Amino acid sequence: MAVIRDVMPAFELFQPASTADALDLLDRYGSDAWIFAGGLDSFDWLKDRIKRPRYVVDLGGVAELKGVRERDGGLEIGAMTTLTEVVRHPVVKQRYAILMEAAEAAASPQIRNQGTIGGNVSQDTRCWYYRSGWSCYRAGGNVCYADTPDAINREHAILGADRCVAVNPSDTAPALIALGASMVVRGSKGERVVSAEDFFVGPGIDITRMTALQPGELLTAIRIPGDWAGSKFYFEKVRDRQVWDFALVSVASAMVTTGETIQNMRLVVNAVAARPLRLVNVEQFVKGKPRNEATAAAAGDMAIEGAQPLRFNAYKVPLMRNLVKRAIRGVEEWATS
Amino acid sequence: MGYFLTFGHSPWGQQILTHVSWNLLWASLFAGIAFLVAHASYMVLSAHRKRHPAETDAMEAARPDLPARIRRHSGVARGFHWVMAASMFTLLLTAFLPIAGVKFAWVTWHWMAGLVLSASILFHVVHASVFLDFWSIWVGPKDLPELRAEILRELGHDVPGPKPGKYPLGNRLYHLAIVAAGLSVIATGLTMMVRVRTPILPRNPYMLADSTWGVVYVTHGMAGVALVGLVIAHVYFAVRPDKWWITKAMILGWITRRQYLEHHDPDRWVVGMNPKNQIPNPKSQVAQ
Repeated sequence: MAVIRDVMPAFELFQPASTADALDLLDRYGSDAWIFAGGLDSFDWLKDRIKRPRYVVDLGGVAELKGVRERDGGLEIGAMTTLTEVVRHPVVKQRYAILMEAAEAAASPQIRNQGTIGGNVSQDTRCWYYRSGWSCYRAGGNVCYADTPDAINREHAILGADRCVAVNPSDTAPALIALGASMVVRGSKGERVVSAEDFFVGPGIDITRMTALQPGELLTAIRIPGDWAGSKFYFEKVRDRQVWDFALVSVASAMVTTGETIQNMRLVVNAVAARPLRLVNVEQFVKGKPRNEATAAAAGDMAIEGAQPLRFNAYKVPLMRNLVKRAIRGVEEWATS
Repeated sequence: MGYFLTFGHSPWGQQILTHVSWNLLWASLFAGIAFLVAHASYMVLSAHRKRHPAETDAMEAARPDLPARIRRHSGVARGFHWVMAASMFTLLLTAFLPIAGVKFAWVTWHWMAGLVLSASILFHVVHASVFLDFWSIWVGPKDLPELRAEILRELGHDVPGPKPGKYPLGNRLYHLAIVAAGLSVIATGLTMMVRVRTPILPRNPYMLADSTWGVVYVTHGMAGVALVGLVIAHVYFAVRPDKWWITKAMILGWITRRQYLEHHDPDRWVVGMNPKNQIPNPKSQVAQ
């Protein structure tokens, strides 16, 4: 990260009171507008003076974007709901504990008080080459400085790299995909609902963005269906220190079992690619199989097929394999067997 | 300059070229469509200057020695053309649809199509050098009288001057332009393959300096946007009713005796008794 300066470049600040007003502003200013939610990612960019938006639209005053509501047997979480509110919500705690764990794993209590779930899923990658303002692919240039022979790339991608090797830093993203969530996106052309899986895009699709949000569009809410409520969840985030750090690898899964047989499962890993990866082949493999060490080991091996480590991140391969194993067999069961 | 080129900064703070500005894509697209509209309008307005059929009847009657069907393109040459066309369309679509807002994983398709194009052109160079009349497609100072005659004819004058050999002047000029743009895009594209992960070449982003890479990327982009306009023009002529006989020849391989006499100079493209130029015609006797 570049040295953070005290004074941000000048911009025109808008503080709309409704979603409609916010959308009007985004429609008016298009790609010149910067959406400001909790500000945790935004302030880094602005104080580093790497991003210099002309207009900043602060969503802090839009009440309708806040709060957790029950809807169609599931939940709808406003994009401006803070991570702390998500963690403390009784229904989240009771039926969607994986989301509570994932949100609680983000950063520090102070940051969770300020940071929003919409901002957490929409935040930009933490690749320091990119965030230092160099003209890499993601910044519109023609090189990936993190994928050069002498690059420092311990935190970068082992899967799905396509010119850029940055990874998605969100903690809640894999949990939302595991829960089969959908993202409600509004723009001047109306509303569209995108599955959480498709909301995140890799560099092959769009190398300058982490999500399917286009200029002028706003993530207004996240809908979680009741399909996976109360199932067996597993979330684990491995990081260098236990607070205020991004994942080296994280895993999130939702599983339905009958006895010791796995009936159905959704399994997602993050921080190994530019987007959270749902491991569909592993999900198919474990369906109908006993939930035991042998199944978990085979699934772990399957999960890392095609991994291409860089100079300093080969450790992510066994780490991801072991996290997938743990997600399938469960930690408690293994400890007692 | 920002309208044509984009710049970034190296880690040492130096300004470096990064890309051609995609404004040029829209400029090339506009130029191609503007040419299409202008040419189509001109052809409508000048329709009255078409050769009278009786003139061609007389020419055909005077040359009964020619075969009814005359081979214009061998099967190998046609195969090359259509492989090249498929790879070129794949390249243009994978390059420019994402810029136009259609997002998909395009890089692998792009470099694979680029390899097909490179291989087909390499084959074409060898095939044309060894098995075809290599110089028949090129233009040079010797073609100036033909250019002058063509322009005067287009302006409505009745000029007896030279007619083309196997390839009309427009074909040859187009070939020259496509060679320049195509070889530029291939040379730079093959170089750029060391920047992406492929199973073919070891990745080496340090092979060239940042500024040199900028030149490579800009050349690739310039040639790419030029190809947009050139391909629009090519497709336009291929589907024009008055040029359909040329397109048909690229599908079937032959043209009729009448088309040969109407559009070509028999002294510059000699067919006559050469059996390689004759196509059996099931409906009539093959002229000798």
